[in-house]
Amino acid sequence: MAKSRAFDIRRQTGFVPIALACFVLLYLPIILLVIYSFNAGESIAIWEGFSLQWYVSAWQNDKVQDATILSLIIAASASVIATSAAVMAALATTRTRGFKGYTLVFAMINQPLMIPEIVTAVALLIFFAMIKVATGYTGLMYLIIAHSAFCIPFAYMPIRARLQGMDLNLEQAGADLYGTPWRVFRRVTLPQLWPGVLAGGMLAFVISLDDVVITEFVKSAGQDTLPTYMLGQMRRVITPEVNAISTALLAISVALVIAFYLLSKGGNQSTGRR
Amino acid sequence: MAHKSETQATRRRWLLLSPAMFILLFAASGPLLIVVIYSFLTAGDYGGVVWSFSTDAWFNVVVERDFFDDTLSFSDAHLSIFWRSVKLSLMTTFVAFIVGFPTAYFIATRPKNSRDIWMLLIMIPFWTNLLIRTFAVMEIIRNEGVVNSVLVGLGIIDQPIQMLFTEFAITLGMFYVYLPLMVLPIYASMERFDFSLVEAAYDLYASRWRVLRRVIFPIVKPGVIAGSILVFVPSLGAYVTPRVLGGGKHLMLGNLIELQFGQGRNWPLGAALSITLLAIVMIALIFYVRSAGREEMSHG
Repeated sequence: MAKSRAFDIRRQTGFVPIALACFVLLYLPIILLVIYSFNAGESIAIWEGFSLQWYVSAWQNDKVQDATILSLIIAASASVIATSAAVMAALATTRTRGFKGYTLVFAMINQPLMIPEIVTAVALLIFFAMIKVATGYTGLMYLIIAHSAFCIPFAYMPIRARLQGMDLNLEQAGADLYGTPWRVFRRVTLPQLWPGVLAGGMLAFVISLDDVVITEFVKSAGQDTLPTYMLGQMRRVITPEVNAISTALLAISVALVIAFYLLSKGGNQSTGRR
Repeated sequence: MAHKSETQATRRRWLLLSPAMFILLFAASGPLLIVVIYSFLTAGDYGGVVWSFSTDAWFNVVVERDFFDDTLSFSDAHLSIFWRSVKLSLMTTFVAFIVGFPTAYFIATRPKNSRDIWMLLIMIPFWTNLLIRTFAVMEIIRNEGVVNSVLVGLGIIDQPIQMLFTEFAITLGMFYVYLPLMVLPIYASMERFDFSLVEAAYDLYASRWRVLRRVIFPIVKPGVIAGSILVFVPSLGAYVTPRVLGGGKHLMLGNLIELQFGQGRNWPLGAALSITLLAIVMIALIFYVRSAGREEMSHG
């Protein structure tokens, strides 16, 4: 005891300063970006007093409005589709002894995590261009299905984790009491699985909302989401309006991530940690 | 009877898997095959392709045909972009390791109940928009940005240093956006580390550096390898960061690929470059899986 107080075995020279510098480095740029979104002046470098004018001007900008609505439509649709597909896939792949084709299924689900986004983006550009020529359809479905695909692994992970920690006995009991499979799923499995589903859905939503590369390549003319609109703006003179939009997007992401954290933490506690 | 329920279970399983598989096949795996096919076609004059077999695109990845006398030479432009992509990705990975390792160590040595909060602090930026974080870096290092203003204000420099639109900016940006990917796996392998091993080493008169190198590092090495791959792979395929922070002057592979579908109007070349990038990434991943497998065998 006396030894550990005099000589901390965990200490490594210079590690604490580097770690603290790392946290400062991670947050300083974001905090400055948020601060300058409230700047009264035109500049994103010189502080001229507090003002909400850039939020007002972003709010009144038609293009920003359209992009916001489009972003939300795509993120909502893609996260619902991806989460539903992920719940079914998780039910099929957990709590089994493994099956023929398991490795392939697993590789396919995780593919969007492994393959560089630019490659998928190019592949979708080519493939959807063929479909566009063949069918003449240029609507939103291309973006929604592309987003659904890369959201699936993010929705799948927390759902699978939740499912693995669940007690099979309750479902067995439900089936023994002559519950139909659907009834057992709705009344026994789903309520227990729900925190995982919610967490997966939220991650999918954030991932879809933040996507730039695939959206940039897949979108048809006039289908700008907030990130692709901002990317377009960065070629020109940047005003704090972009900061204001960024801050709003940041706020949504941070709120969802913290909610996700609390949800998955609460979930672990209720099932009891080992 | 048993056989029947077995087939029923199989049918149910594939039925449950079908929506996810369909979406992924349609919008992720399937299109990749089309990219392979496109890389063997002839470029159309105004973008798109002509459906006739050609290996020109694959030659053009590294070789250039002279416009006037048809002689072949190595394509300096492409090779320098390949080299820059690899160089900046390696540098990013290295710096991320130098900063990420101590940070993961710091978090793993905090009291148990506060570790989750520290990790949350690492992960929050990661889940926020990559474009926004890149943009935040851009604001800091631009000529009128905070770094230059402070340095000029303190009288350390007279003129702002041009940092934006350089390779340094790209490396800094990639480091900044991918750092959490280094910290996460190192922390995961360090969290279960048994510090009585360190105590034993000190009892045997080991120095701190020796303990770090000979006791701690070998045990968390799988985490370091995983983190390095996780940072290297997206850096190599980065598109947004070099576009925003490189200002179109310092292209990386991702930008070169995009160019072929935009101004370049050479879709087969773009396809061939994409497959090349994919191949490099796959080699890195296979290397990782094999080293992880070996690690498991030697410990299990």
